Amino acid sequence: MTGPLLQVRGLHAEVEGREILRGIDLEVRAGEVHAIMGPNGSGKSTLAQVLAGHPAYAVTAGSVRFRDQDLLALKPEERARAGLFLAFQYPVAIRGITNAYFLRAALNAVRQARGEEPLGPVEFMDALADKVKLIGWDDSYLQRSVNEGFSGGEKKRNEILQLAVLEPALAVLDETDSGLDIDALKTVAGAVVELRRPDNATLLITHYHRILAHVAPDWVHVLAAGRIVKSGRRELALELEERGYDWLREEAAV
Amino acid sequence: MTQGIEAQVLRPYKYGFVTDIESDAVPPGLSEDVIRLISQKKGEPAWMLEWRLRAFRQWLAMKEPHWSNVTYGPVDYQAISYYSAPKQKATVESLDQVDPKLLETFEKLGIPLAEQQRLAGVAVDAVFDSVSVATTFRETLAKQGVIFCSISEAIRTYPELVRTYLGSVVPHNDNFFAALNSAVFTDGSFAYIPKGVRCPLELSTYFRINASSTGQFERTLIVADAGSYVSYLEGCSAPMRDENQLHAAVVELVALDDAQIKYSTIQNWYPGDEAGRGGIYNFVTKRGKCLGRNSKISWTQVETGSAITWKYPGCILQGDHSVGEFYSVAVTNNRQQADTGTKMIHLGRNTRSTIVSKGISAGRGQNTYRGLVKILKGASHARNYSQCDSMLIGDQCGAHTFPYIDVRNSTAIMEHEASTSKIGEDQIFYCKQRGLSAEDAVSMIVNGFCREVFKELPMEFAVEAQRLLGISLEGSVG
Repeated sequence: MTGPLLQVRGLHAEVEGREILRGIDLEVRAGEVHAIMGPNGSGKSTLAQVLAGHPAYAVTAGSVRFRDQDLLALKPEERARAGLFLAFQYPVAIRGITNAYFLRAALNAVRQARGEEPLGPVEFMDALADKVKLIGWDDSYLQRSVNEGFSGGEKKRNEILQLAVLEPALAVLDETDSGLDIDALKTVAGAVVELRRPDNATLLITHYHRILAHVAPDWVHVLAAGRIVKSGRRELALELEERGYDWLREEAAV
Repeated sequence: MTQGIEAQVLRPYKYGFVTDIESDAVPPGLSEDVIRLISQKKGEPAWMLEWRLRAFRQWLAMKEPHWSNVTYGPVDYQAISYYSAPKQKATVESLDQVDPKLLETFEKLGIPLAEQQRLAGVAVDAVFDSVSVATTFRETLAKQGVIFCSISEAIRTYPELVRTYLGSVVPHNDNFFAALNSAVFTDGSFAYIPKGVRCPLELSTYFRINASSTGQFERTLIVADAGSYVSYLEGCSAPMRDENQLHAAVVELVALDDAQIKYSTIQNWYPGDEAGRGGIYNFVTKRGKCLGRNSKISWTQVETGSAITWKYPGCILQGDHSVGEFYSVAVTNNRQQADTGTKMIHLGRNTRSTIVSKGISAGRGQNTYRGLVKILKGASHARNYSQCDSMLIGDQCGAHTFPYIDVRNSTAIMEHEASTSKIGEDQIFYCKQRGLSAEDAVSMIVNGFCREVFKELPMEFAVEAQRLLGISLEGSVG
């Protein structure tokens, strides 16, 4: 594969007839970390949901290519199997299904799509041990129902555990850092760094600069009113931290 | 996906075939003469006929109950044939003498009767229309003194046992359908576990309605003597027919001191088609009596079939320290209606009961939990825990909960929890984002929801229950 991992062109999307994304252009190459920042309501989470194929959002214009495929033509589960992972801002709970069972079902669905043999419970538990350590957990979390009774921070860690197990080509982290205390933030950021490889990429959607201190982004994009109004290197994040977003909005309006 | 959630493409009912077999049927209609005829065909003693006639006379004065949260047209009790038996030798000594067509029928249902093919550790009584056609593993059981046979045979062979306990839990005039059953019941299973014996096999009865225009009225009686244990499973199915067929069964359980009965049901009667045509009316009275101290009765039911279900398997906790349990999963899809739950009647001291009910509604299904917990004056320090959870799939179905609590002793401790949830797009989307198909996602969410009940089922049947749930909800979410 020679082109970018993800190529978004002129993407417009709406929810319930309201246009949220108004022409997004974005390229992510293998090995890169991109941060998407922006004020509330700028369309950050919408971008994540549209990439993952949430049925509530309708794409009205533009194209998305992912690993040389037309991403928008794929069903959500096909996108996941093709290697696109979304760490949800608000992960849902599934009662009565253990984390271990869920993870194995997901991994085997993805493995099957890659033409690999499914893992049995024993092999799977072996493969899982390191990943659990990576996010600073013990095995007791594996026997709990998926996200049921989890604190906000635990749910976020669980998303990163799933990320570590599924090893996608592109991870979209939707405000995974919000609601984490400093220690949890360090662990989660550490795991994201640990999972970086030359052949994968991360799209980090965030409100705050603080996670970027741990996960150095190659690119920072500022989203405002459904468009990327500024892109830059890591320094842009620092500038945003100091000056806020208003100056960009003014710039964009000009 | 919204359209997908509403799409109702139910896979055809898998057990809807008809066996072409000559049957000996009594013409439709109900009268004292018909009852005499049934009793005579079964070679019953006079006391049994008297009992039936008493029930019939009382039934004539009773009215069909309509307090449940279900609607259906009038049932014409004179249009039903009350006896239909496949033509074969009156008594069958071994499986070789059973009509091959019958064996084949049960084979197709996944219930092979040849003993070497059976699931290890399960003895089966197979009931076809009105009669029991075979009971397996009888010799193995007999070595331990366990009696397991059809109720018709028990009436002839063990009249003292039957006379002592028949109607002792569900009296012949208990309710409209129980009275009807008492008058016309044709077969069913009987089990007696002697003192101190742990029944070496799971006992199981498989009920099959085949003939048209018939009803099935089976009667099951299980007696666990002091210190004994038995696990019993009931399964059922019926051909697909446009008519509604009536199934009005009675099950009575009696547990003496320190005895334990575990009764599991996988109910898969034909549910009717998506427009609500046909299907079984399942109007059943099931009750257990914890007669002895420290006795325990557990009901576990997985209800996926029937057009209409009306049943409340309950426990009378008479012995001190006795325990009653009810674990239920009831699924209604398409036009199915279920009004089901339990009755826990606490009479003895320190009696405990647990109720876990999971209702799942899809399509235009209506699912009602109705339960009564009654703590009587003498039942000091009784405890009950109830949990009623409902799950909705789509937006045209309904879930209803009617818990009745009647406490007459101030030392009682009662807990009740209830929840209603909807399989949401977000839950399914979450699973899909992890690579799972919509079907796997729904099956996972539903099975997780039912887990507390499934874990109560014997292993093989838990697997069967999960599979069945998958089939009966197939296509309810896209």
